[in-house]
Amino acid sequence: MASGPREKFDNNVIEWVDSRLPIFTMLQKEYGVFPTPKNFNYFWNFGAILMIMLGIMIITGITLAMHYTANANLAFDSVERIMRDVNYGWLLRYIHANGASFFFIAVYIHIFRGLYYGSYKQPRELLWMFGVTIFLLMMATAFMGYVLPWGQMSFWGAQVITSFFSAIPLVGEEITVWLRGGFSIDNATLTRFFALHYLMPFVIAAVVALHVWALHVTGSNNPLGIDVKTKQDTLPFNPYYTIKDSFGVLVFMLFYVGFVFFAPNVLGHADNYIPANPLVTPAHIVPEWYFLPFYAILRAFTFGVNLPILIGLAITAFAMKPFFSNKTKEEINLKTVGITFAIAGIFFLIGYFSQYQLESGETMILGGSFISAAFIDAKLCGVLAMFGSIAILFVLPFMDKHPVRSARFRPWFRIATLLLVLDFFVLMVCGAKPAEGFWVPLSQVAMLYYMGYFIIGIPFLSKFEPVLDLPDSIHQAVTQGKTKKSVKKKA
Amino acid sequence: MKLTKTFCTVLAVVGLIGFSNLSYAAGEAEELPDMSWEFEGPFGHYDKAALQRGLQVYRNVCSACHSLKRVRFRNLEALGYDESQIKAIAAEYTVTDGPNDEGEMFDRPARPSDAFPSPYANDKQAAYANNGAIPPDLSLITKARAGGATYTAALLHGYEDPPAEWAEKNQLLPGQYYNKYMAGHVIAMPPPLAEGQVAYEDGTETTVEQYSRDVAHFLNWAAEPELEERKRMGVKVFLFLLAFAGIMFAVKKRVWSDIKGK
Repeated sequence: MASGPREKFDNNVIEWVDSRLPIFTMLQKEYGVFPTPKNFNYFWNFGAILMIMLGIMIITGITLAMHYTANANLAFDSVERIMRDVNYGWLLRYIHANGASFFFIAVYIHIFRGLYYGSYKQPRELLWMFGVTIFLLMMATAFMGYVLPWGQMSFWGAQVITSFFSAIPLVGEEITVWLRGGFSIDNATLTRFFALHYLMPFVIAAVVALHVWALHVTGSNNPLGIDVKTKQDTLPFNPYYTIKDSFGVLVFMLFYVGFVFFAPNVLGHADNYIPANPLVTPAHIVPEWYFLPFYAILRAFTFGVNLPILIGLAITAFAMKPFFSNKTKEEINLKTVGITFAIAGIFFLIGYFSQYQLESGETMILGGSFISAAFIDAKLCGVLAMFGSIAILFVLPFMDKHPVRSARFRPWFRIATLLLVLDFFVLMVCGAKPAEGFWVPLSQVAMLYYMGYFIIGIPFLSKFEPVLDLPDSIHQAVTQGKTKKSVKKKA
Repeated sequence: MKLTKTFCTVLAVVGLIGFSNLSYAAGEAEELPDMSWEFEGPFGHYDKAALQRGLQVYRNVCSACHSLKRVRFRNLEALGYDESQIKAIAAEYTVTDGPNDEGEMFDRPARPSDAFPSPYANDKQAAYANNGAIPPDLSLITKARAGGATYTAALLHGYEDPPAEWAEKNQLLPGQYYNKYMAGHVIAMPPPLAEGQVAYEDGTETTVEQYSRDVAHFLNWAAEPELEERKRMGVKVFLFLLAFAGIMFAVKKRVWSDIKGK
């Protein structure tokens, strides 16, 4: 990495090592003098916080693994042994269990930061995609980790999540059996989840290394979203950001230890202190809070894709076509687009309501089951939408062509993105509630907004959101206090 | 700024609506009474007298059907008993040990290192003796039920005759009881406590409410024996981090003081 000419170190030992492996030169370059935009706000602390969290999780995890027994008959008891008889076992376990929650809190804020300030945009697309990969790996790791205590929620959560794969046509059942290591969730499932739960953090660490490497090629984005132009725009990483990150990490830790020591089980589910019992299903199977929004998207699909919905989708795709083409905004006739969307909407409504008729067994208004019947059933749609809601983040950099990065200079995008955050919380609440009554349509509307934000909102804003005047440089904006939009429209 | 403010307000409202009532309630059940416990809060600690009374209630009443298999007699030190008292308590129980050198299992008095023995040999026997409902182990019961100790205490004195409105639509089968705090109101456990059933030595009143409170207090200890140590350590860790963060903030201010515009 850091080969070529290098400066000599005064310390002989350091110099001896560095002349053979320039690790100190690299550290100096990447963390000492690394030029970092000088206008970061506290949202930029979360990268460092996540690094620390990963470290904490790996260290406590390895220690817990020394005392844990991955066997369906012993797992629950071994966790209780850790809690009661291992020296500070309760501390290790509560740090680890609450650590998962705080890891996700930090990662959600980190992702929001990236979205809001346009960090996913050129030239940081790959950096963003590594980030989404880490997020996916984290979800898999967290899910498998939650299975290990082998409580009721562990067992039934594993049951629900592995059964997602049975929605895949033709090979679904086989894949599910293969994942579970048997026809039901059992010892084989537990042991493989333990093996993978132990492996995954190291895979995450490797992708984090790529993520950081890519970051150090492009350099960090900043709240203004404009490129670094001169040396005046930046500060050396040390001491400015090492200190600021230390402060940020400590504040985050205050919240974290608050939960670890004073409310260690608030974020978990009481049922997981009941040993797994395949014969007793809990009244409500609920995933951990950090999965709730995606769980809500899954359950929002009480309907599948039938003929009218398929036609609606095709019309939507047709309406969106100009937004993905090279057409300028003058060449797109919004009126036509609007009418096309309205037609698509009518088809969606017909498709949606005709399925309710089918369920309730009343007479059809619309030509019977040929039109109403879903050929992609609700379960498969839910699973596809749930995975799609994360997969769409991968292609986000290529869907958003708007030249401005930061939401500070994109008033429309800003409102849409803040609404997305709100939407995320609404989905979270819906995911925790039983799928009945008022919560079903609410989660459907919230799911529609989530999907619409990415599939329709982002491409639309790319073309139609006005391009505002940006500050000339970070330095100028910081010194003249023009960090907010000061902005007249470009002629 | 205005937008940010509006946004935060809306977010807070959604949060309050959503999370104030994040109950996964199964069937209707009455809202739990408001109870306060000595072990709540950042400086919470157990009341040793209550723990001892609770142990007495467990041993005299609950242990007839419920095991407490994760608690060992030596753990009772936390209740304020000394070694000889613990040995004496343990010796009142009989456990099966073995095999001995002749290959035979044998009974012996329990030792401090033994756990509380279970009232039934296995789940089948427990189910057979209780109309098919297995009495759950109580070692983790306050952690395993939403509402914790409050729920446990409330349930124990929540028995009453079914209200007429409920009885119109539902019927209690033999071996079922009505409990206002049980999800769905139907519980297989007969009302376990009666006034004056356990003789307290310290003059505490011997009501069903008091028994319930004491045994819930004890069971909370059984589920979270580390609670006192955890909270004591937590206060220290929190204060340390707070001071550390304060120092870092001051250092940060100082380091950044020469940066123009910041």
